[in-house]
Amino acid sequence: MSGAGIAFEREGATSGFRWPFASWWGTGLVGAAVWLGVAAVTVLWREVIPLPYGDVFAWICAGVAAVLLVGAVTGAPGPIGQRLRNAGPWAIALGLFLGLWEIVTAKTGRLPLPFFPSPQALVEVYVDDWPRLLDSLAASGWLLVRGFAFGALAGFSIGLAMGWWRRAGYWIHPVLRLIGPVPATAWLPIIFFVFPTSASASVFVIALASAFPVAVLTWSGIASVNRDYYDIARTLGASERFLILKVAVPAALPHLFVGLFMGLGSSFAVLVVAEMLGVKSGLGWYLSWAQGWGAYANLYAALLVMALACSTLITVLFRARDRLLSWQKGMVRW
Amino acid sequence: MGYLKIDHVDKRFQRGAATTEVLKDISLVIDKGEFVSIIGHSGCGKSTLLNIVAGLTPATTGGILLEGKEVNAPGPDRAVVFQNHSLLPWLTVYDNVALAVNKVFGGVKSRAERHDWIMHNLDLVQMGHAKDKRPAEISGGMKQRVGIARGLAMEPKILLLDEPFGALDALTRAHLQDSVMQIHAALGNTMIMITHDVDEAVLLSDRIVMMTNGPSARIGEVLDVHLARPRKRLELVTDRTYIAAREAVLKFLYERHRFVEAA
Repeated sequence: MSGAGIAFEREGATSGFRWPFASWWGTGLVGAAVWLGVAAVTVLWREVIPLPYGDVFAWICAGVAAVLLVGAVTGAPGPIGQRLRNAGPWAIALGLFLGLWEIVTAKTGRLPLPFFPSPQALVEVYVDDWPRLLDSLAASGWLLVRGFAFGALAGFSIGLAMGWWRRAGYWIHPVLRLIGPVPATAWLPIIFFVFPTSASASVFVIALASAFPVAVLTWSGIASVNRDYYDIARTLGASERFLILKVAVPAALPHLFVGLFMGLGSSFAVLVVAEMLGVKSGLGWYLSWAQGWGAYANLYAALLVMALACSTLITVLFRARDRLLSWQKGMVRW
Repeated sequence: MGYLKIDHVDKRFQRGAATTEVLKDISLVIDKGEFVSIIGHSGCGKSTLLNIVAGLTPATTGGILLEGKEVNAPGPDRAVVFQNHSLLPWLTVYDNVALAVNKVFGGVKSRAERHDWIMHNLDLVQMGHAKDKRPAEISGGMKQRVGIARGLAMEPKILLLDEPFGALDALTRAHLQDSVMQIHAALGNTMIMITHDVDEAVLLSDRIVMMTNGPSARIGEVLDVHLARPRKRLELVTDRTYIAAREAVLKFLYERHRFVEAA
């Protein structure tokens, strides 16, 4: 801030003279230096125990540095440049973290192996074991999609029925009150016993975990719809079907989305547990497998993949919500 | 025989052991093309009466006859313009009107005809330019315009207006009153309007129905407004018929049926 101010004053004082680096992006320059430093440390500093893939890691760091450098020199124009600028401070922080990590593991051995592998050990996992990781990711994704889809659909239907028909509410409400708060994983022993395959059991238990919040929030959404909206529709000559589909459901959508977010969150938890206990595939299974072999680098690598996958799913759901609930803009923020 | 007949309507609400009588023996006959205002202090049950005509609330005894046939459920032959919350917030202006048009003319008009009809009615209230806006993005007056457009687009036998301009500022209100007068003159709709604004009632109505205070509100007086149309608000200020009508309504409201609880 103050630097920009000084540059401005100088420009004003010596009119006609253009400061040669005025259009550069300073944060990007610092970031490039940091990432280049990480690469240099990795290549030049001798390791405690020699490790493979140090050069690959260094090249990756150099690549990030190059991107930042290009951004710094060009001043990061355009929408992509804007995103890069936005990520600048994080790029510096991440570079510093990786450098520190590299030093305390591979270079000095301050953190004990095998629990704290070095960055290049993670690179090694991604390079050598990517087919299995990808396979696990796909298996987890497919399981989650099935479980969450069934759960969301069932939860929505249950919530709608409870909110709309008094009689349905009378019968379902106590059951939901009793079963809902029980962690879905508590059912696992029974469910694995009852269901023919562990895959179907896992789908069911994920559905169970995601259905509860979806049902409760759909119900409360339907119950809190402004009665005036129904009057409007009724004066158009609306049938019950019309009232449900064109009034109750759209009006309850904001609540429904809160339910979907909560359901997705709890389905992640159940997914991992189900894979660790029952299914012989997926990221959860990969985690327990890696732990069994003491392959901690694989463990961290899988955790990172899982984190990225989960946050991507949440982002997708946010995008869908923003699109469907654009009418709410300015009314509700969360 | 009239077009719409409100026939000996009573309305009682039961809460536990207590019964409140809101409306008592309301009878009124309205002709086709007539503009009737119902005026009274707040809480006198005029909105309840309108809801009964709309079919949203059942009458306890008595009933509503439209063209000689009893109506006791809401239907598109009696469109309502509500005081507020008149539009569904998740639909655009266009879609709010389309909801009604598709419901009423879905099987009769083609898609293109319905589109033209929606735009025609939006243009009628000068809202065609805002067709893609959502209710949260337009002013209160504009929302009521859209509400009126939706009501008109249904081609109802009767348009029911429930204090349509009550929540608007004076300038917007005057503007919309003029719009409604123009529409009434052009289309000849039968309209019933609830209001508590004396000038609004005299300006717009062929007849003013004055209601006594609740509970057990009755029709106190019915005043015929013999003012030639089209009416111009500025010229009426000094018109003797207008002044006399205004005075009659004011006397009824503030001398004979003063609202006791308001103090």
